[in-house]
Amino acid sequence: MNAANYLYVSALLFTIGAIGVVVRRNAIVVFMCVELMLNAANLSFVTFARINGNLEGQVVAFFTMVVAACEVVVGLAIIVTIYRSRRSASVDDASLLKR
Amino acid sequence: MISSAIEVGQTQTPEAILFWVLGPLSVLAALGMLLVKKAIHSALLLAWVMITLAIFYIAQDAAFLGIVQIVVYTGAVMMLFLFILMLVGVDSSDSLTETIRGLRPIAITAALGFGGLMVSLLGRATLGRTSVGLSQANVDGNVQGLAVLLFSKYVWPFEVVSALLITAALGAMVLAHNHRIIARPTQRDLSRARFRSGSLADAAGLPGPGVYALHNAVDVPALLPDGTAAAASISATLKARGDVIDSRPFQLERKSEEE
Repeated sequence: MNAANYLYVSALLFTIGAIGVVVRRNAIVVFMCVELMLNAANLSFVTFARINGNLEGQVVAFFTMVVAACEVVVGLAIIVTIYRSRRSASVDDASLLKR
Repeated sequence: MISSAIEVGQTQTPEAILFWVLGPLSVLAALGMLLVKKAIHSALLLAWVMITLAIFYIAQDAAFLGIVQIVVYTGAVMMLFLFILMLVGVDSSDSLTETIRGLRPIAITAALGFGGLMVSLLGRATLGRTSVGLSQANVDGNVQGLAVLLFSKYVWPFEVVSALLITAALGAMVLAHNHRIIARPTQRDLSRARFRSGSLADAAGLPGPGVYALHNAVDVPALLPDGTAAAASISATLKARGDVIDSRPFQLERKSEEE
């Protein structure tokens, strides 16, 4: 089987994640879509490691996972803080700077 | 590109079967994430996508990353998401209505363009090139190979990333710490505030749900003495979920006016 097929799946997942970030309004779902994009990039890294025959792609994917874990921790803390003060998890409601 | 896709579809190695079963399923689950209304369903679909990705990693000779994917993502990260979903609960942000006019067509057009660009680029760049495979790099085992790389060439990024993890943990603690600016109201203050509020009816607390003797359930509003439904008697969560039964059939008819 051609390993490039994984790259197509990765591109599709990344695109779907990008649509989700723009279209959905719930901050948590937006965040999950960001996670989907990071995962898609990881799949690309692992596939490229296999195509090129060395493990460096897998090391980069490992680092991406660590950074994604940090991002989730801080991002969810921010969402909870905003929810506490505004009683809403909608990204459209946090628009004080607009006015 | 189409011819190569057909060619790939004909090679019946076990990995090809795995890919053609799990690949479409993962893309469908990701699409479902966009389309389902409730955030909790999105979370479950995302967990499924992550599990399929873990299987893909293991199929591609990345056993360590596959296990880490399941432990870290479906184990820790999705669990965090579910905790926060429970904390935040259900509110209006779950609705799928478009708030910025014309956003959805623009987003989908841009995404289709981007996806088409990626797929066509990939088709030109790598198709037809045979992959080397990791059997040589994994000679001492996948974990050992990764460890040698991590602790020799990538030892500096590894240390930086550990500093990042500690910083993120501290940042989350600072953000989650609730610093009280005003003193906590005592029971006496709360009671006084209740009696001084708009109507005395609030002093006894909100009415409980359920229609006595006719329909006794939390999703039906209570009836007031004049026969109308008390809107305040239903939990806000049930209202946001749309799980409230219409109270009108239970309302008393006002016969005194007719007589």
